[in-house]
Amino acid sequence: MQTETENVEMVVVDAVVAHQHLAGPLLPILHQIQSELRHIPGSALNYIAKALNLSRAEVHGVVSYYHSFTTKPHGKTVIEVCRAESCQAVGGRKIEQRFKDALGLDFGETSSDGNVTLESVYCLGNCACSPSVRVGENIYGRITESGVNAIVDKAISQLAKSKELNQ
Amino acid sequence: MNVRVYVPQDSTALSVGADDVAQKLAKQDVAEHSIDVIRNGSRGLFWLEPLVEVETERGRVAYGPVTVEDIDDLIQSGMLSGKQGHPLALGLTEEIPFLKNQQRLTFKRAGITRPTSIEDYQAHQGFIGLTRALSMSPQECVDEIKDSGLRGRGGAAFPTGIKWQTVLSAEADQKYIVCNADEGDSGTFADRLQMEADPYALIEGMIIAGFAVGADKGYIYLREEYPHSYTVLKEAISIAKHHKFLGAAINGSAFDFDIEVRLGAKSYVCGEETALLNSLEGKRGVVRAKPPLPALEGLFAKPTVVNNVLSLSTVPTIFANGADSYAEFGMGRSRGTMPFQLAGNLKQTGLVELAFGVTVDELINEFGAGSRSGRPLKAAQLGGPLGTYLPPSQWKTQMDYEALAEINAVLGHGGVVAFDDTVDMGEQARFAMEFCVVESCGKCTPCRIGSVRGVETIDKIRANENRQDNINLLHSLCSTMVNGSLCAMGGMTPFPVQSALEHFAEDFDRVESSSQKIVPTLAKSRT
Repeated sequence: MQTETENVEMVVVDAVVAHQHLAGPLLPILHQIQSELRHIPGSALNYIAKALNLSRAEVHGVVSYYHSFTTKPHGKTVIEVCRAESCQAVGGRKIEQRFKDALGLDFGETSSDGNVTLESVYCLGNCACSPSVRVGENIYGRITESGVNAIVDKAISQLAKSKELNQ
Repeated sequence: MNVRVYVPQDSTALSVGADDVAQKLAKQDVAEHSIDVIRNGSRGLFWLEPLVEVETERGRVAYGPVTVEDIDDLIQSGMLSGKQGHPLALGLTEEIPFLKNQQRLTFKRAGITRPTSIEDYQAHQGFIGLTRALSMSPQECVDEIKDSGLRGRGGAAFPTGIKWQTVLSAEADQKYIVCNADEGDSGTFADRLQMEADPYALIEGMIIAGFAVGADKGYIYLREEYPHSYTVLKEAISIAKHHKFLGAAINGSAFDFDIEVRLGAKSYVCGEETALLNSLEGKRGVVRAKPPLPALEGLFAKPTVVNNVLSLSTVPTIFANGADSYAEFGMGRSRGTMPFQLAGNLKQTGLVELAFGVTVDELINEFGAGSRSGRPLKAAQLGGPLGTYLPPSQWKTQMDYEALAEINAVLGHGGVVAFDDTVDMGEQARFAMEFCVVESCGKCTPCRIGSVRGVETIDKIRANENRQDNINLLHSLCSTMVNGSLCAMGGMTPFPVQSALEHFAEDFDRVESSSQKIVPTLAKSRT
């Protein structure tokens, strides 16, 4: 069986090899690692830096700059609640609070079982059907306070399903 | 009988259940009809999504907003023959006033065609502009854009033709076209709709731009928050390559051009062109000092055209119909049409493409039909999170770059977000500063530190602490940020704050009761 360290190494090497030929490959590399490992492990920085002829500090600087990249693992599902003005204009602040209450998490926090992370997002471009939230690749619009639990439940039940499939 | 039924698949339609509606329709077993479900782009009449259209002899007939539960009823009431008995029936789509009263040039195909069907695109004037451009000289192409009067639709409104001229005139072994698809302004979604409903228009616009300035490589810098746009663009690019509209010897000419889509990583500042270029290069999305202009030293220090999605997507129309026909629309120095976007607390939200000159009031009260909540409207924010809040007394202003500048407002990317009378403008002012704390790139002090101090000072004002002194301090801080910041992030963050202070002073006058006392916390900024 593969150890976790080996898996991390493999993902990092794959991401670098897949994008190294591009002009300015760092963001595509980091996106792939973030998507597969749900974070950018500190151990990846040296390898990426060496492969791209950058300093470790430069890579670290990029990782820490962008909200998409995290140094601690994100949950298996990320729920992003829009905090921007169009959503605010139709009760978005209450929706934010409902999500926090339903999950028992603040923005930027991950549940202790590592399943769900709650994040804020500044606009999903769905402003004509505000308030909006994104779960993974899906965007939900016209969210009502009473609809929040259904979205959370669906996100969690999908996780359970994918777990069953993997077993 | 075969009936064609259209169900949109842009992000907004999907966000309110369009996929479920399409699936249910496809499974319908109706004796006299066989249903052919077609996934079109959206018309941008978003408050009606999912907007189902049925093709009839008279044209397409619309029903919306349709949920899965409505479908049986709709079919029973004769939807498949275009009958109008059902409460969700809207008549002919093109006759819906919200759409009928628009002047669609850039968005003429939105919702009509299947987004990634290159056959549909070509059947609706697609690549006619490119064919004409390829028969002209690069200088003639640049002149065509200059004559059209097109100005950057991203927000800065810089004349597109001048930008192209600078790149064309620059001597270099490599030049680039970069499409700014980092549409971060709240209340805006026109770029997204364009890319998801009519991606080939953007592709065609980029090819023409490349030919005009002598660039053979284009990048679309797309925000990560648009996963569906990413899928559509990648598919469209791959199909365009297959049909020889991208790659070597485009459309049988001697011109080569290729496009790559790159994802951003959630940074609002990367919508600023120099930060965007840094990000594309794989660096922190920090703003560069200008000069040098990106047109001379842009991506990888090469001459680069950086244009917004809408600017580039308008280029094919200008070439297909001629610069003069485009310039006939608009007023003063704002030529052509502008895709305005109605969002927030409005009954009718969506995309409204019109010639410059429509008033804020017409957009909000006629197209938007007033508030969604039924309460009186109190403010409208124009031009995104860095835009001014306008009270109804200023809504007679025309949507035109210069007319708005006269009242210290900006048109930006064309977003209009309406708020009803429950909004607390003190809270909105605080949010503007807080957003700047979260999104400042950190390069210049007025933006990085000023925004933090701005939140603190607004908290003190709202807690009634040395009120007048702190209001004076906030004014002074705003003026420092406006005059001392490197880019629009810090330079415009004060706009919503100052306008809230000016027009809604009473909202800063509330003495907070202990139960509502603001806990001065800040969202996390960059590390």
